[in-house]
Amino acid sequence: MFEPVIGLEVHAQLKTKTKIFCGCSTKFGEPPNANTCPVCTGMPGVLPVLNKKAVDLAIKTALATNSKIARQSRFDRKNYFYPDLPKGYQISQYAYPIAEHGFLDIENKRIGITRIHMEEDAGKLTHDPARGKSLVDLNRTGIPLVEIVSEPDIRSAKEAGQYLKKLHQILKYTDVCDANMEKGQFRCDANISLRIKGTEKFGIRAEIKNLNSFKNVEKAINYEIERQAYILEEGGEVIQETRLWDPVKNKTNSMRGKENAHDYRYFPDPDLVPLIVDDQWIDEIKKTLPELPDAKQTRFVTDYNIPEYDARVLTSSKKLADFFEETTKDLKDKKQASNWIMTTVLGMLNTKGVDIESSPVSAPSLAELLKLLENSTINIKGAKTIFEEMVETGKSPEEIVKDKNLEQVSDQSELENIVIEIINKNPKEVEAYKNGKTKLFSFFMGQVMRETKGKADPKIITEIIKTKLQDDN
Amino acid sequence: MKISKKDVEDIAHLARLKVDESLVGKYAEQISDILKYIDKLKDVDISGAELVSDASFNINVLRADDPVKSGGPAVTLVNAPERIDDFFQVPNTIKPN
Repeated sequence: MFEPVIGLEVHAQLKTKTKIFCGCSTKFGEPPNANTCPVCTGMPGVLPVLNKKAVDLAIKTALATNSKIARQSRFDRKNYFYPDLPKGYQISQYAYPIAEHGFLDIENKRIGITRIHMEEDAGKLTHDPARGKSLVDLNRTGIPLVEIVSEPDIRSAKEAGQYLKKLHQILKYTDVCDANMEKGQFRCDANISLRIKGTEKFGIRAEIKNLNSFKNVEKAINYEIERQAYILEEGGEVIQETRLWDPVKNKTNSMRGKENAHDYRYFPDPDLVPLIVDDQWIDEIKKTLPELPDAKQTRFVTDYNIPEYDARVLTSSKKLADFFEETTKDLKDKKQASNWIMTTVLGMLNTKGVDIESSPVSAPSLAELLKLLENSTINIKGAKTIFEEMVETGKSPEEIVKDKNLEQVSDQSELENIVIEIINKNPKEVEAYKNGKTKLFSFFMGQVMRETKGKADPKIITEIIKTKLQDDN
Repeated sequence: MKISKKDVEDIAHLARLKVDESLVGKYAEQISDILKYIDKLKDVDISGAELVSDASFNINVLRADDPVKSGGPAVTLVNAPERIDDFFQVPNTIKPN
């Protein structure tokens, strides 16, 4: 039986305003080659100068992934020929990366991080196979990246998915990267090999590229595991190569056309001086680190006394966690707030296809609504109606309560009169109830609710009905 | 270091240069000569000298993250051998499967 051995390489675009070695903007979606200059297009005689913000963000990434930051790191030239690389080499960190020896915890397992290094992104090619031409846009050339390389500790597509989601979450939490996969801000390559279960030696690996969604990562890994298992079972040998995932045909294909790519002839870039990171710099960045997802999840369980599942859902993004904390600030019932956010709010956002930042119902508005529920001004049925109205009209809960006359009837004497009236109108049911048909209690509840158009406070009417039915004895 | 004809062909291919077949041998010899000349550096006594890989002895030369106006296509594409609109145009990089 085979065991998959998987390592992941993630390229994340650092959230800077300018490129890593020049002042060109990193803005996405600009006209072709608008954000280019002689430095990022590799004209002769130019001098690249490192962007400090990019280093700050790389240090932050290292701290958030428990990695050891190198006191001294350097930049190297990685040489290869390809039209997306105008200089003929990519500036990267090879021998001395900015950080090493980190880890991330996924469910029941720790995944090692081998190294984190800084480098520049390459340009973008669009292909026109009909005319046998490719078009080159160098706007992306020189955008700062961190490459985060995991240890080959991953054993299944599921674990790969968990690791990636965790990393994605952390990069977003720390605001190091916008991590939009569709915009290519967070990209993943997977190295996969198989070995006989119980053996140590790694098999021959294939590298899978073009994994642009979490779903595709898992699908591609599972496909590749099956492909390699089939080859090995037939007595064949896996070829060490780069393969592209085809999300339409759901298969990986051997990637041709990148010849001699294995010999990058790395050497130190003589234009760039050594980068020295001291304790003071690291401490400065440490101060900017937010509470990370794991810590936040633990705190939510203890501080708000909500189940671990709730805490995990609510801390899945920082924005959602902030929304919960803002909502629940002045509320007594934290679990009720959690339920409303996890089901009603997230359900509504899902239907509308927007994220929490653009929620039509703000945290303070939701808090106002839940407050009305807590102090029994409205009942749960009314709250749902009000919420829908808030989504549609953007009105405040108080306004809607007044407009729609949804205020819960909790006036004791008013409700007593209604109950008495109902008892008088239904002597048969009263008789049956008294003879032991206690199920009829809900009949009386229903009648009162109908009379009050659902606005009666159920706790109060329960008491009144009980008393009144006994009184008659 | 000796450069073979095969090396010349490989380098020419990587650099997308067309080399006249009759000249491959000549180039191999010339490049070998150049490298042999650089081999003279091996005769220099560097015992006790520390390893330095940078032209300058500076550290941490950094710039602030402030955008400047880019030259854009007007500068970048001015010498482009082939272009379509503001894209460079190159031979198709994906070989049909």
